[in-house]
Amino acid sequence: MKTARTGVIRQLYESVRDLLPIIFVIVVFQYLILRQPFPNLPQLLAGTLLVVAGLALFIRGLEMGLFPIGEAMAYGFTRKGSLTWLLIFAFSLGFGTTIAEPALIAVAGKAADVAAEAGAIDPDAAARLNYALGLRFTVALSVGFAIVIGVIRILRGWPIHYIIIAGYTGVVIMTAIAPKEIIGIAYDSGGVTTSTVTVPLVTALGVGLASSIKGRNPMIDGFGLIAFASLTPMIFVMVYGMVV
Amino acid sequence: MFYLQEIGSTLLVTVRDVLPILAILFGFQIFVLRRPIPNLRRTLTGIVYVVLGLGFFLVGLEQALFPLGKLMVQQLTDPEFIQRGLGVVTESLSWQDYKWVYVFAAAIGFAAVIAEPALIAVAMKAQNVSGGTINTWGLRLVVAAGVATGITLGTYRIVTGAPIHYFIVAGYVFVIIQTLFAPKLIVALAYDSGGVATSTVTVPLVVALGLGLASTVPGRSPLLDGFGLIAFACLFPIITVMGYAQIVQWRARSLAARKQASRSGEDHENE
Repeated sequence: MKTARTGVIRQLYESVRDLLPIIFVIVVFQYLILRQPFPNLPQLLAGTLLVVAGLALFIRGLEMGLFPIGEAMAYGFTRKGSLTWLLIFAFSLGFGTTIAEPALIAVAGKAADVAAEAGAIDPDAAARLNYALGLRFTVALSVGFAIVIGVIRILRGWPIHYIIIAGYTGVVIMTAIAPKEIIGIAYDSGGVTTSTVTVPLVTALGVGLASSIKGRNPMIDGFGLIAFASLTPMIFVMVYGMVV
Repeated sequence: MFYLQEIGSTLLVTVRDVLPILAILFGFQIFVLRRPIPNLRRTLTGIVYVVLGLGFFLVGLEQALFPLGKLMVQQLTDPEFIQRGLGVVTESLSWQDYKWVYVFAAAIGFAAVIAEPALIAVAMKAQNVSGGTINTWGLRLVVAAGVATGITLGTYRIVTGAPIHYFIVAGYVFVIIQTLFAPKLIVALAYDSGGVATSTVTVPLVVALGLGLASTVPGRSPLLDGFGLIAFACLFPIITVMGYAQIVQWRARSLAARKQASRSGEDHENE
């Protein structure tokens, strides 16, 4: 019981430390540069306390739940030895975590506005909704595809930089031929797909796979899934911008 | 009081976002792998913690940090504030006049990355896997420095209106060349760090900064120029993480070389 309590205190202390920089930046800019008082101070303090408590809980839950289950599944799939099921799982994980991602929904909506403004689609609401949905589907497909490629890479032990260089070349070529107004959004879509719940799971899966297969180094081969998941959406979104 | 309503609705949204992921995990574990979930109670408690923690975290961010951050962006990019800093009223502002915007971009980028839960997760894993060679805090600081650089450059691009793909393509070419010289162990982690750094805390603040800046700088359209900051924030951590590993390697090598040199010197003296 006592160790549990000191664990909680340590976790809270670490969360406070993680958040100190951002609080410091905001306070300094508000008081010294903008020279404005803080609006609604009690609300701010309550919100900050919630952030601290939330971060501490999340990290604790990560160690207890998300990391172990990601790893257990990686070991389970290696033991089962079915490549097909592993790849289906990899695709579902990538697709399923991305299609409902709130940050992506927001970006897709903005992208529809841009397309309507540029005259690529009809400006009415139905056409925009359709466009945004198509975009979300495209990005989710690309992330599923990325995790599948990433898992195959771990299994075969391919060096990561060949694939990344090929991907970057794809981005550069697509940039040259895609419509100009889609480029900024395409570049951003790579960063928004990797959410706070997906990242630990996918990382645990990659590292778990690399450490359960003989001849793979978890450091060299285990990481890299996230990198693929943030690269393929750029290419797919630019293709989408050209086709639609 | 204390946002009970917001907490409730955010928790519901978090549960809705996490449910499909859980369905995939448990579905495959039970129906495909046909194995019981190890430490079921502990795992479930952990998942409840994750959902609760993420819910509290998001409510807190949305109630306190994000509105304030967005307000500050508005004030900092306001042409009136910038002209007050200059002391004279000028017709047109040059890119140097936005100095506080750059400082803010760097500072908020750095600080937001330090608070990013996804990066904490990956850094914990990296420390674990590398047997402590990669230190959690070291990695987070280096990634934060990369994001700070990227966002600063990205705000400069919005102010000047330079085409985004020049920067990004140049950055990619740099990354590819750097990869050839970087220690193999770090490459995959470095590539990952870009996507990881831009998550829950960083994205909303950075998007607000980009849109705020693009809508106040004359001649920029928020729709066309407001995007792209995240791409900068994704690219630069790759460069700083590989760069850091290269510096560590060089220092270790030169140290080893010096030791070797002094040892052989001692040998000569002994002769």
